[in-house]
Amino acid sequence: MSEGRPIRRHVLSALVMNQPGVLAHISGMLASRGFNIDSLAVSETEDPSLSRMTFVVMGDDAELEQVRKQLQKLITVVKVLDISGENYVERDLMLIKVKAPPEKRHEILQIVETFRGRVVDISHRVLMIEISGTEPKIEAFIELMRPYGILELARTGRVALVRGEKTAATWEEEDAASEVDATPQT
Amino acid sequence: MSKQPLVSGTAPMSGADILVHGLVRQGVKVVFAYPGGASMPIHQALTRVADKIRTILPRHEQGGGFMASGYARSTGRPGVCIATSGPGATNLVTCLADAKMDSIPLIAITGQVSTQVIGTDAFQETPTIEICRAITKHHYLITRTEDITRVIKEAFYIAMTGRPGPVIIDVPKDVQNRQVVPDWDPPMNLPGYKPYRKAKPDELRRVLELMRESRKPIIYAGGGIISGNASEELRIFAEKTRIPVALTLMGLGAFPSTHYQCLHMLGMHGTVYANYAINEADLLLALGVRFDDRVTGKVSEFAKHGKIVHIDIDPAELNKCKPATLPICSDVKYALQELIRLVDQGLHLYPGETPEQKYRDWYRQIDYWRETEPLRYKDRDDAIMPQYCIERLWEMLRQRGWLDRVILTTGVGQHQMWAAQYFKFERPRQWLTSGGLGAMGFGLPAAIGALAAHPDKIAIDIDGDGSLLMNIQELACAYCEKLPVKVLLLNNQHLGMVVQWEDRFYASNRAHTYLGAGPDEDPYPDFVQMAKSFRCGARQVARKADLDDALCEMLDAREPFVLDVLVPYQEHVLPMIPSGMTVRDMIKA
Repeated sequence: MSEGRPIRRHVLSALVMNQPGVLAHISGMLASRGFNIDSLAVSETEDPSLSRMTFVVMGDDAELEQVRKQLQKLITVVKVLDISGENYVERDLMLIKVKAPPEKRHEILQIVETFRGRVVDISHRVLMIEISGTEPKIEAFIELMRPYGILELARTGRVALVRGEKTAATWEEEDAASEVDATPQT
Repeated sequence: MSKQPLVSGTAPMSGADILVHGLVRQGVKVVFAYPGGASMPIHQALTRVADKIRTILPRHEQGGGFMASGYARSTGRPGVCIATSGPGATNLVTCLADAKMDSIPLIAITGQVSTQVIGTDAFQETPTIEICRAITKHHYLITRTEDITRVIKEAFYIAMTGRPGPVIIDVPKDVQNRQVVPDWDPPMNLPGYKPYRKAKPDELRRVLELMRESRKPIIYAGGGIISGNASEELRIFAEKTRIPVALTLMGLGAFPSTHYQCLHMLGMHGTVYANYAINEADLLLALGVRFDDRVTGKVSEFAKHGKIVHIDIDPAELNKCKPATLPICSDVKYALQELIRLVDQGLHLYPGETPEQKYRDWYRQIDYWRETEPLRYKDRDDAIMPQYCIERLWEMLRQRGWLDRVILTTGVGQHQMWAAQYFKFERPRQWLTSGGLGAMGFGLPAAIGALAAHPDKIAIDIDGDGSLLMNIQELACAYCEKLPVKVLLLNNQHLGMVVQWEDRFYASNRAHTYLGAGPDEDPYPDFVQMAKSFRCGARQVARKADLDDALCEMLDAREPFVLDVLVPYQEHVLPMIPSGMTVRDMIKA
């Protein structure tokens, strides 16, 4: 589908019913239709009946339109918002274990300080660091840690919210007819 | 639905009884149900509502699923099939996939092992919902007896509204057995489901603008017209605008075949003139269709000279396969009603224009194609050609005045395409075929299901020997349930469509496409003997001179009847646009 059309990074925020099987349903649909998801984070929301899923998807506009519509089509998906065009905050949380012999420890702690990370566990030869931020920040931190020796790391995947008073609940529901671009393309 | 409660409000009932009473409240009259360990309580409960719901026993769960599909396709109401856990449920899988592809409202209820043992690989346990998620519109695993009434209500609502589709409800045995006081009218909990879609006025006015500019428009109409109950609106819209109509396989019957404006089926085995007209058109009005690859061939070449208006109730279909000039998400019946109003105001024409003069050249061209490139085949006197057989069937039904009583079903393959080409469909829900999935074995059970819904009609399954054998056990169901379906078997001893592709693309190398027992043996199996063992009527016919008499016998039969017509296997379905190619690559007869 993407011959010659620009590939862009999109952040989709979906409210889904908090039920067993919803994650399997959504990930199964995305896989069976061949959509590639860079990142997927799921958690409960302020409303216990709803979960929020945040997707980061790379694709051209046509692919994104299909991903969004196919998500929207699932009965358990309440709302899908493409927040890429909004002013939003995006975060990723990482726990990372780095080899830190006493002679290197100070150096590493300075980097952690610069990145506003936190040390959450210390042993003789290893530091566990917690760090959150945007994807480039996390990636940069990983690169800086690489020379010391990364033992393992875990990331939550991206979560995102739109700034200001706008919320998913108040978001103007795109009604059926305006779901599609009605302007002629000829 | 009756206002009176069917059962008193305060007495506790078992989950199974609540389930079947829920079906009664949804207006269900027939279920197709095959029992097993995990669904026994439901079957016991069905015996207690036998005066309200007829339970038909198929001989294989897949037969039951296709019967429910035949019921749904012929009525527009949900068809209900019930099976036990494990193998019962997995045998329904093909039926669910078929209903999903063709947007058929189907309710499948499966028994499941008790909640305490789910996940322990218990006897006849399969993760039914896990298996069926991608091939249903929605799915439920009920874990509390209290939820049954809400789930039934939601399931029917989901199956029927928006773009229809199958819903599976998995019910563990302990949930069936537990007694609770049911709440018969619980609120639905579907915050994300918004099935009602209507075109906006400015979108519809833009359609009229495009129509005004067009001199070679064509309507491409599909199964959405039938599931949207919009055939009447389509006919009025087409007649008022004089725009010609081409139909998909799923759309046959949405517009009368014998109408002057009807170009019949388009696509891989569509008419030459329908495919030429689509290719030449400067405006394509695509109504209730999904630009399936069997219709479009190479999608970038399909209708490339025209602007495209695509109206569909499922937003995900718009711009999915083919970008549209004007995609409109709408119930197609509503959109057509509104378009008719705008057409009545004359907005589709420039001042002073009439459709007759505007489209004179267009119809002159179309008529030329129709005259020079009609559907055709080389008839023979020494054999019964399958196309001839279908033409004779139609003609004899016409002579008897039975055309408006006939429901036709098919298996999948050459016979299906010939039935689509040579039978003339006049009304919706008269033609039931597995279009999207192409599931062999569909025809016989679908005919049984259709006849169960319409006992006054005539259900004829035009089938092939490969397809018929896949669900032939349902002759037992037809006989025992006194549902006298008729099977017109076009028996060529081969998997004809695969043979045709072997001939075209694999140098006629036969790769397991011969179904007979050998060149020195009689046609195999003996369908007449087999039908008779089921106590159905049967006859074999091989000579052209005997065909009419044999068709008469089939039509007159009061019991289920199999007419085994021996036809040559060398015949190809033509015209044919090979897969992924264009109208220029069409192979003509």
